[in-house]
Amino acid sequence: MKIDLKLNGKNVHVEAPPMKRLLDVLREELGVTGTKEGCGEGECGACSVMMDQILVNSCLVPIAQCAGADILTIEGLGTSEDLHPLQQAFLECGGAQCGICTPGMLMASLELLRKNPAPNDQQIREGLAGNLCRCTGYMKIIDSVKKAAEVLK
Amino acid sequence: MTIDEKDSPASAIGKPVLRKEGPRKLTGQAKYVDDLDFKGLYGTTVRSTIPRGKIKAIHFDEGIPWQEFTIVTAKDIPGKNYVALILHDQPYLADGVVNHPEEPILLIAHSDKYLLERARQAVKIEYEKLPPVFDMQESLKAETVIWGKNNIFKSYLLEKGDIESVWSKADFIFEDEYSTGAQEQLYIENNGMMAIANPNEGVTVWGSMQCPYYIHKALVPLFGLSEDKVRIIQTETGGGFGGKEEYPSILAGHAALLAWKSGKAVKIIYDRAEDMVATTKRHPSRTRHKTAVSKDGRILGMDIQFLIDGGAYATLSSVVLSRGTIHAVGPYHVENVRIDAKAVATNCPPHGAFRGFGAPQSIFALERHLDQIAKKLNIAPEELRKRNFIKEGEKTSTGQTIHEGVSMDALLDRALAQTHYYEKRQQFAKNNDHRKIKKGIGFASFMHGSGFTGSGEKHLASKVGLRATAQGRVEILAASTEIGQGTNTILSQIAAETLNVSPDFIEISQPDTKHVPNSGPTVASRTTMVVGKLVQSAAIGLRQTLQQEGYLKNKYSEEELRQACASYIAAQGELQILVEYQAPPGIHWNDETYQGDAYGTYAWAVYVAEVSVDTTTWETKLDHFLALQEVGRVIHPLLAAGQIEGGVAQGIGFTLYEKVKWKEGRMSNGSMTNYIMPTSSDLPEIEVIFEEVPYKYGPFGAKGIGELPMDGPAPAILNAVAMATGREIKSIPMLPEDLMRASL
Repeated sequence: MKIDLKLNGKNVHVEAPPMKRLLDVLREELGVTGTKEGCGEGECGACSVMMDQILVNSCLVPIAQCAGADILTIEGLGTSEDLHPLQQAFLECGGAQCGICTPGMLMASLELLRKNPAPNDQQIREGLAGNLCRCTGYMKIIDSVKKAAEVLK
Repeated sequence: MTIDEKDSPASAIGKPVLRKEGPRKLTGQAKYVDDLDFKGLYGTTVRSTIPRGKIKAIHFDEGIPWQEFTIVTAKDIPGKNYVALILHDQPYLADGVVNHPEEPILLIAHSDKYLLERARQAVKIEYEKLPPVFDMQESLKAETVIWGKNNIFKSYLLEKGDIESVWSKADFIFEDEYSTGAQEQLYIENNGMMAIANPNEGVTVWGSMQCPYYIHKALVPLFGLSEDKVRIIQTETGGGFGGKEEYPSILAGHAALLAWKSGKAVKIIYDRAEDMVATTKRHPSRTRHKTAVSKDGRILGMDIQFLIDGGAYATLSSVVLSRGTIHAVGPYHVENVRIDAKAVATNCPPHGAFRGFGAPQSIFALERHLDQIAKKLNIAPEELRKRNFIKEGEKTSTGQTIHEGVSMDALLDRALAQTHYYEKRQQFAKNNDHRKIKKGIGFASFMHGSGFTGSGEKHLASKVGLRATAQGRVEILAASTEIGQGTNTILSQIAAETLNVSPDFIEISQPDTKHVPNSGPTVASRTTMVVGKLVQSAAIGLRQTLQQEGYLKNKYSEEELRQACASYIAAQGELQILVEYQAPPGIHWNDETYQGDAYGTYAWAVYVAEVSVDTTTWETKLDHFLALQEVGRVIHPLLAAGQIEGGVAQGIGFTLYEKVKWKEGRMSNGSMTNYIMPTSSDLPEIEVIFEEVPYKYGPFGAKGIGELPMDGPAPAILNAVAMATGREIKSIPMLPEDLMRASL
């Protein structure tokens, strides 16, 4: 099926089977590989993207649901030369180690700060509980989100 | 060669310099194997559905255009059908027999990955079943022999003093048994490899891995090629924790076999379910302790039986067993010791490397055992430890004399003061009687050897290169992989400090066996200490070469070094320094007797856990966790703390959440839905404190830290649970239902 959607601010057109996962369409058809697959069943959050300003697991979204949608992936957040404050905070505070959960974690952090611009530790822990990280024990991720919240205030 | 550290005004050591590859990871630009541009075939693996048997026939169901597929069986292997590691017992593809569920039998590839999955399910294997063995004790009896002559992969008998002499002198003898379960590494990036291969050009593999040269060593005999015809390239790797130490050799071989037969590039990316059921996990263990103690709390002798389940093939079990054995007596001085250690075969997928590598298993048993002894003797657990801690000049169970300048007494005192241990113990004990949520605080004391065991580093003879580039920068050439722990950043800091430049001046070559020397595997808490030392030596060599040949003054700026490098290359073509590991003086190890200096040095630690146990749901929640450790000089405080926090989190998972359920040798809960790792809302604040006693032979005084944090959480938590509930749990993982059962 033919679908028009907005990806990171740009209008794009794709042709894909209706049940193809948004995750696969992004990675295979649209050439943005920053969004990762960790489990394929909505448990780990590595594939988190924003869809119409709502955090979704892109492994659970069939592309048929994305007609006209506004999708934001990690590629739309900031560049190496111009990091988003969240990315800068993760860099400075050690919020990324192996990096595989990082794009999804940043998306979840973005959603968290949008809903609650000044979260405390417990609110951050709850807000990011759908995104698994095996490297950090989450401490440095919490530090990163707090730092970004300060900067974005 | 010596280096005057005072002459390093730019000092990068001890500073939280930015992660070298951080920006590309944070912007989604880092290329993991599944992100590479790819045109070719997708590959997959047809696996055994039974634990043990003979393959009678392979049927290909109708309805699949099989002529379009590349199909590889054991018969298609151009070289030797074994995974070269330690022993050569594990085949790449089962040839007539299978020894565990999920054992690879054949490989198929096609350009349509959806059709490929249908085809995989359309291959039916007919078996003649053979009796399997799933239980370690049963394996040890060897009534059914499934491996070698007696099912034993490896045994060690470690003896010190005369254990038989102590029983009659002892005031008390305590005996108990402890066990630990399998644990999935659960890196968030599943295993994946991409290969191109043909007889003319040889084999090239890209993928997620910890040890490029392990794969290289395995693929040379698999294809019968010369070493220069096999090339292994690490792509960005999304976590390893040991799970990408030896297993990638199999997957790389599979991708390359399909590429070899098809003549096309082939990519195999496991999905989560396949990664969980088919790849390695932490060795389950059973430890029996018999301990002789005097009435004043001195340990007179320890008789330990340490048993680990290796699964169906030998893989790394002998080495895991070795580390577990050597750590079984912990940081204590015991005159009379006997450790009877065995790794046995069962018909489940081989267990393998996982952070801690045998030590978390034996240390769990020891530290639970000591708390139980203290309770029975009516001595405080901290007091029992203090009466038995090993001190400077005393000998370990392998006869290694400790010269570390570290006081376990002082570490313990600091950890207990930091957590208000005494006050809390009193307060909790007073309140627990009349509360449904019971609180406890407990600790564990332990150490972890840095680097390979015994003569391992000598045999590895690791090499590191340092190269000046035409742009006048300096590039590190090493096979040590960045897997999240910070290799790129730390090695850059060490080179930068040695050359007195900023870390940005240093480049890191992507691990590629065609271009980097073999700096050894990225395992065993060895990268910073061992490889880092080689980087330091190479940097000294590079600087001295430039100085001795007149390109560089004794004192120089970064710009002058840049010009010196560029001028040298312009004049002489190339400047590359290659250094090889040399054992520090005074390190001796006897492989035959298993006596001597087991490790060049150790990291020392005391971890304290504070828990709440809800006696309605029997859930255990961590309220706070302190990790206090002495790790030599800390090169990068942020990365080091990140290592400890992450390791503690995995240790908490090992203790309270992560239970592999086995059914006929197969993991039956192979998904993230029902194998539960801790989320951010499950974990407590993890407080990390470093003490730094520089290690003379580490770069700028550093020791290894990566595995250490895995060792302490389990016993500390269950000691706290025992304080809270009075229940002496001796087996992990301990899920709420386990604690409930023990409390009924």
